[in-house]
Amino acid sequence: MSSISTAARTGFARGGYEFRQTLTTPADLWQYIFPTVALFVTVFFMRGATVPGTDISLGARTLPSAFGMGIAFTGLMTVAIMLVTDREDGTLLRAKATPNGMSGYLVGKIVLVGGMTAISFLLQLVPGLFFVDGLHVDAVGWFTLLWLVPLGFIATMPIGAVLGSLLDGPRNMGLMMLPLIGLIAISGIFYPIMALPGWVQGVAQVFPIYWLGLGMRSVFLPDALTAAELGHSWRHLETVGMLGLWAVAGLVVAPMILRRMARRESGSAVAARREKAMQRIS
Amino acid sequence: MIDNVLDMTTVTGALEAGMPMPVDERVLDVRDLRMRYGTTDVLHGVTFSARRGEVIALLGPNGAGKTTTIEILEGFRGRSAGDVTVLGEDPGVAGEKWRARLGVVLQSWRDHGKWRVRDLLHHLGTYYADYSTPAIPRPWPVDDLIEKVGLTAQARQRVSRLSGGQRRRLDVAIGIVGRPELLFLDEPTVGFDPAARREFHDLVHRLADVDDTTILLTTHDLDEAEKLADRILILAGGRIIADGSADQLSLLVAGESEIRWTRDGARYVHAAVDATAFVRELFRQYGDAIADLEVRRSSLEETYMTLVRESEAGRAATAASTFQEAL
Repeated sequence: MSSISTAARTGFARGGYEFRQTLTTPADLWQYIFPTVALFVTVFFMRGATVPGTDISLGARTLPSAFGMGIAFTGLMTVAIMLVTDREDGTLLRAKATPNGMSGYLVGKIVLVGGMTAISFLLQLVPGLFFVDGLHVDAVGWFTLLWLVPLGFIATMPIGAVLGSLLDGPRNMGLMMLPLIGLIAISGIFYPIMALPGWVQGVAQVFPIYWLGLGMRSVFLPDALTAAELGHSWRHLETVGMLGLWAVAGLVVAPMILRRMARRESGSAVAARREKAMQRIS
Repeated sequence: MIDNVLDMTTVTGALEAGMPMPVDERVLDVRDLRMRYGTTDVLHGVTFSARRGEVIALLGPNGAGKTTTIEILEGFRGRSAGDVTVLGEDPGVAGEKWRARLGVVLQSWRDHGKWRVRDLLHHLGTYYADYSTPAIPRPWPVDDLIEKVGLTAQARQRVSRLSGGQRRRLDVAIGIVGRPELLFLDEPTVGFDPAARREFHDLVHRLADVDDTTILLTTHDLDEAEKLADRILILAGGRIIADGSADQLSLLVAGESEIRWTRDGARYVHAAVDATAFVRELFRQYGDAIADLEVRRSSLEETYMTLVRESEAGRAATAASTFQEAL
């Protein structure tokens, strides 16, 4: 099918170009660096504290969980924000007006956000390995990363695409942030999940953030720390199962929602949103 | 009575009255197109067609349904009823191959602000390479295209840094990068200075004459429609109320002409339906005493301006029927 190869070719060209742009635009660079800075400031203030009952530093315990959160956050928020802004400024309509443009656009977005996720992760991982005591990766750990990072990305990106399709303007992005922050709070990222009530643990385990955090802890922390996890195990099987479930559900639902959104795009829809945006400013 | 006028102006317009055109040569064929939002009818049966290489201006006051019509033809919007054929296919269900033969320039684009002009045109061009044919090589070579729309000096600039007029020229360049057989231009010259407008008009003529591109443009500016279009369709109150070349439409306006002259140092003004007969009579009576003779046909522009004013005052339906009566 020539249209599939066209979508791949144009999508990779597009995603690659936009990815390079993020590396040369100061505002985008700051978006890469800011989470790292924030994270390491947090870890700095945790220095000296250890996980109760062990000699593992609290910072070392927090950092891998935050890696997991970062992947979920980039996949989800970046995609949602991009879809909302691309719809508002006409990029999506342009894609619709171009033959195979929508497929190229989607492949491009996956490449772009994939690249951004990888860079963000590396920016946190590399200094973490050098400066935070207690993080160790063995061969099994590297192998876990090889499936965990892509799987986590595929599990969260479609959720972002769906949310971005359903929100009708940047103003509603705030609506999305609040539940997301709540979800991070209960997902055992900064605070051990064992200390939370049972029903909250149940809620957290439905969503991918908890599983990404757990998977990351399994990579970087000694197995002794499973004592602080649910079921006293890293639960890799369950991690693959839950993230896989989200990935499959997302890959089924997201294209349907995206198609519905794209169908509604037209010049007057873009113009109407622009008018609304102008009213907001004035 | 109004129905008769409608038939005369729409069905037996220039297209039908001139050389009969086989249906399969029609690049655009719209029959009884209707659009309804909720309980409001926006289009009440629009009918027109276009042949290859023709430039058609869809003229009408704001809110007349121009954008709705063009969006249906572009395949961006569903329709409530009617038969629409664009390049031989129904835009509601046509695929990517059909899409590759179309060019679309919308009213406002603000997309791809971070891209550089040449990179963006090159990238968008690659989507069309699959649809290249020996007769129509696609895409348009990017440097030649940039030169044609006058953006050579801006080729390396970021799109967000372009001025309004430059941005619009880029939009046109993107619209034609795939060498479309049919090009839609929605209010193409809004925000152009006179020089840019003139260059744009040259470009449109070139596309239609050299490349045989069929062009449908919307505008609310009669002057622009007269300059650019082979044929003008006036859309008002959700209907095509006139269809013909600018000259034909001028002739259709059955207004009175204004005749001014001086005789023995005194100025005279007279209005007459048949100006020629009046002037002949004037000379027969006074001969050489007549000086400074001026005959001004009540122009299409005046009649059209009345239509626009009335429509904007919220009397679109009445204005449309008044305009029809004037024809």
